[in-house]
Amino acid sequence: MTNGWVDIKNTDMMLIMGGNPAECHPCGFKWAIEAKRNRNAKMIVVDPRFTRTASTADLFLQIRAGTDIAFLGGLIRYAIENNRIAKEYVAHYTNAAFIIKEGFRLPDDGLFSGFDPATQVYDKSTWNYQEGGDLSGVAASAAAATAAALGHSRDGKAEAKLHNSQVNPQSGGEGNATNGGGGMGQGHQAGGPVGAVATETKAGAPPALPPNVAYDLTLQHPRCVFQLLKQQYSRYTPEMVERITGIPRDQFLKAAELFTSVRKDGDMKKAATVIYAVGWTQHTNGTQIIRTAAMMQLLLGNVGRAGGGVNAMRGHSNIQGATDLAGIFDILPGYLKVPNPTTDKDFKSYIERSTPKTSKPTPWDSFNYWSNTPKFAVSFLKAMYGDTAKKENDWAFQYLPKIDRNYGWVHIWDDMYRGTIKGLLDFGMNGVMIGPDSKKNIAALKKAEWLVVGELYPDETSEFWKSPGITTDEMRNIKTTVYRLPCAGFAEKDGTFVNSARWLQWKNAAMPPPGQAKVDQEILARIFLKVRELYKKDGGQFPNPILNLSWQYTDPYNPSLAEVAKEISGKALADITDPKTGQTIKAGQQLPGYAWLKDDGTTACGNWLYSGSWTEAGSQSARRGTEDPSGLGIYPNWGFSWPANRRVMYNRASCDLQGKPWDSDRKQVWWNESAQKWVGVDVPDFNPDSHPKDHMGPFIMNPEGVGRLFGPLGAFADGPFPEFYEPIESPIKNPLHPDQSNNPVVKKMTTPLDKYGTSEEGFNVVCTTYRLTEHYHYWTKNNPVNVQLIPEPFVEISVELANEMGFKGGEKIKVTSARSQYIAKAFVTRRIKPMMIDGKKVYQIGIPIHQGYRGIAEDEGKNAHTPANLLTPTVVDPNAYTPEFKGFLVKVEKA
Amino acid sequence: MSQSTLEIRAISGHPGTVPGKGATRESEVCKLIDVSTCIGCKACEVACLEWNGLTFTDTVFNNSYQTMPETTWNFFNLIKFNEHERDDGSLMLLMRKDQCMHCEDPGCLAACPADAAIVQYTNGIVDFQQDHCIGCGYCITGCPFNIPKFNPKTKKVFKCTLCSDRVNEGLEPACIKACPTGCLHFGTKPEMKELAETRAKQLREQSGFKDAGVYDPPGVSGTHVIYVLHDASNPEAYGGLPKDPHIPWSVKLWKGPLKWVGNLAMMGGLVGLALHYTRFGPKRTPKRTKTEKDEKEKGGPI
Repeated sequence: MTNGWVDIKNTDMMLIMGGNPAECHPCGFKWAIEAKRNRNAKMIVVDPRFTRTASTADLFLQIRAGTDIAFLGGLIRYAIENNRIAKEYVAHYTNAAFIIKEGFRLPDDGLFSGFDPATQVYDKSTWNYQEGGDLSGVAASAAAATAAALGHSRDGKAEAKLHNSQVNPQSGGEGNATNGGGGMGQGHQAGGPVGAVATETKAGAPPALPPNVAYDLTLQHPRCVFQLLKQQYSRYTPEMVERITGIPRDQFLKAAELFTSVRKDGDMKKAATVIYAVGWTQHTNGTQIIRTAAMMQLLLGNVGRAGGGVNAMRGHSNIQGATDLAGIFDILPGYLKVPNPTTDKDFKSYIERSTPKTSKPTPWDSFNYWSNTPKFAVSFLKAMYGDTAKKENDWAFQYLPKIDRNYGWVHIWDDMYRGTIKGLLDFGMNGVMIGPDSKKNIAALKKAEWLVVGELYPDETSEFWKSPGITTDEMRNIKTTVYRLPCAGFAEKDGTFVNSARWLQWKNAAMPPPGQAKVDQEILARIFLKVRELYKKDGGQFPNPILNLSWQYTDPYNPSLAEVAKEISGKALADITDPKTGQTIKAGQQLPGYAWLKDDGTTACGNWLYSGSWTEAGSQSARRGTEDPSGLGIYPNWGFSWPANRRVMYNRASCDLQGKPWDSDRKQVWWNESAQKWVGVDVPDFNPDSHPKDHMGPFIMNPEGVGRLFGPLGAFADGPFPEFYEPIESPIKNPLHPDQSNNPVVKKMTTPLDKYGTSEEGFNVVCTTYRLTEHYHYWTKNNPVNVQLIPEPFVEISVELANEMGFKGGEKIKVTSARSQYIAKAFVTRRIKPMMIDGKKVYQIGIPIHQGYRGIAEDEGKNAHTPANLLTPTVVDPNAYTPEFKGFLVKVEKA
Repeated sequence: MSQSTLEIRAISGHPGTVPGKGATRESEVCKLIDVSTCIGCKACEVACLEWNGLTFTDTVFNNSYQTMPETTWNFFNLIKFNEHERDDGSLMLLMRKDQCMHCEDPGCLAACPADAAIVQYTNGIVDFQQDHCIGCGYCITGCPFNIPKFNPKTKKVFKCTLCSDRVNEGLEPACIKACPTGCLHFGTKPEMKELAETRAKQLREQSGFKDAGVYDPPGVSGTHVIYVLHDASNPEAYGGLPKDPHIPWSVKLWKGPLKWVGNLAMMGGLVGLALHYTRFGPKRTPKRTKTEKDEKEKGGPI
């Protein structure tokens, strides 16, 4: 979240979409209710079905699963057309005024400039800013000349010219020289090395962002980001939104009017928030859905503000922590990039590639906080390898694993299925159930040599060998050795949870683990120390990273999480002094924060974002102060909110150009002229000494200093602007461009098990999957109370579909996708209605994911033992590699 | 649930005065359920089960999110789910937490013939004392909300106690403590009434629910569990909340005028019995002969 759970109480308007907080985040949802009760805030819920969240909404719209970009693009168009945007904010805090290079082409036919159909990869060299100065004055004259050359021109010549210039054969491959990230966390994969590997084999230096960007503050230049954006979404008319999403035009307009009403007459006082979860992430254009929302929030001037922002509700108590600590294969802790073997020959080239260089209009200033990457990286390597990491050996950079290709979730299973991955350590998850395509995951496990599962209960993964359909004979032939290790539950471990609001909150163990169960870190430590022993004894291919890993724990066999937390927060390795204040941190002392990190090896820090979470004063995450002097729900003395205990990110944007809050009732930070400093009730997310007249951009994590309406160069694999593409399995051709229906850079998997269905084959019902409030993933079906609340699996279907198929609620039905089938009782409801999609009647159904073949009810033989993810396709978002669990095709029959 | 320190106001089937009557009167408690902010998460259901140590029962999917069709002797607190279409065609998913309403004029207590099996404390809580329950089930007939439920195994009747044990210690009921959205509130009756009216007004003025209102039915002289409803004119839509609940006339008659008629009849019977005895003497039973059954009981041969 850019903001946080408590901050939702400050909002005036909520768009809840791609998420169902009332059911999946009921505790956090109280803040949405508070906003309604205390501020008369309005709530718009957009979902494929009428959820329990929708029951508290002011307006509910039923959308076809997977069409969110069409809806959000329509909102952007509405906001621009009706002048409901934050003009000053847009011109000065986003890249709206930046001029884009000639040769860039909008995807009228579904493709941006630079697409190579053979590799399904874009050459992104035209996705860049033009170099130059202030072009404000020249816009008018330039307009006539170049307008024809862009997008919707009916001038054949100009069109042809544009097509000719779209690909520059001399360009040096994909732009990964820049850190495209911008944001931290929330699934940003910014310029990931995977795409880089595919294209950077071409000769020549990769293109970079220009240091001196051409701009037009009047936003009139035909190639400025704002005009391009306007043109891009001009196609997303209410009629088009209706054809794609199934939301009737009048309802869409009602929602658009309501949401953008916060910016009525340009008044900046109100703030609107966007709240989402994996309903946005789990699509083949998931990253771009979230981006569309972020762009809309930038246009409305809602980012950085109390009650505003773009807020991802994370699906587990510590999923934010997992992401921050390298939960994804291509990031290191603190969103540092994992090196790749092609470009990162040594530490220097790695740093060169991963440290962005400032790119902005000359008169403006940019903090470019990622310019500190070398300090974060060296401190990280010191934490990893201790004294072994020295300047002379590139800080042991070569010890870090390099990624030569995609190691995302579905590729792990694909590799195992193909036999290249031989074994799996499965902790804190249920791999078979998670899917997608559980059948493929089970088939992969059959081929593995060994499987280690650390769990509280026997689960579907550790019992994959007795999944439905496996005969006793077949079972005999499964050679996989399964080790089931009893692990501790959450209440039996201490440590931190990092919640969606980025708060680190320390918790104590309530009781020791029962019997032989052990905490995860003890199991992992024992495995690691044994492996290290073997390397010591027998040597190996590359023993140094294992032998030299820093392992300075009081009990090496069971490291205390307090010690690990201190290591992550970071300490001084030599006496270091701040030249400004003269303050000295002695060697061995905990660091007060990441501003102290050095690139000379005098500091060690496991994750720069968590720096300051365990100081000399102790664990900051264990703090429980309930004071909230501002009344904004900041609670500065409760836990620790990364970064730097800051509650709302980009909060400089809560003020106008002069540094005065847009809303005097919700003052977060402001410029104090007499103190010549940024001060406030929250920690300013800014250079506190930067005078407003210096025009430093509020989005300090971008090298431009401003929010990106246009994601330049390698920021995104599939386009600098989000474009709507149909899900891989879709009932219609994309009405925007039927010949390019799906996301062009998305690749299907190719094993015999990877099948994809079509309407023509009879798969014509849109299916989505989700959780219920009564269960927690695949785990609570071992708890009698939860089983009592929802005892059986079901499929939610509309009354109309049930009538058509001739079955009643409670009767068993069979749902079939191209991959497998799922059997459960029908939940016939009016909460899902048939939809008209591009003139075609389309039914939508929904399946909760919880039940499988292991649990209390399952063991009693009370259900069909079919996991929901047997149905889902193995195909992923090209930026975040998240599978498309939502919006695939099935057929429905009586069982 | 025995609450020796709570002051009793009314007591079932009890001759004479209420023990402890006349002591300082406690303020009346009230639970407020704002149905418009209930999200049906069932945290209250679980908290109720766990606090009261209730046993689990098997449930069956019944084309609803609702845990079971109605409350049971070991499930006091049930959220009722109802899909409801408004006049403008828009859909509502109504979720109402169903439990004992703790009536000011409790039909169960009125109907109960067992001495002290049902008590009403001065704070308004109506509590069943299973030690004294004779399992006649009259309370079930007496309740206009279909709340008390009979356990056929123990032959006792159970229902929500409004966590009288917790309230006695100055704590809120378990359901209130567990509610994540603040849809449940607990306090004195006047406080809750005011809060409820304020919220109903907000729903009328800000959310377009022109018939929003407070459910505190006068037919039972008000309740110690009150609701804010989006549409107070149609409480039946919320899983059969009665529009105008009353104690059944049969119970009223029986415990009112009929009680005296019954007493008279009983007196008449007793008089008749005495007369019969003096006139005819005791009835003599003829001597029994040995039977097969007697042999069997003694364990002898058949």
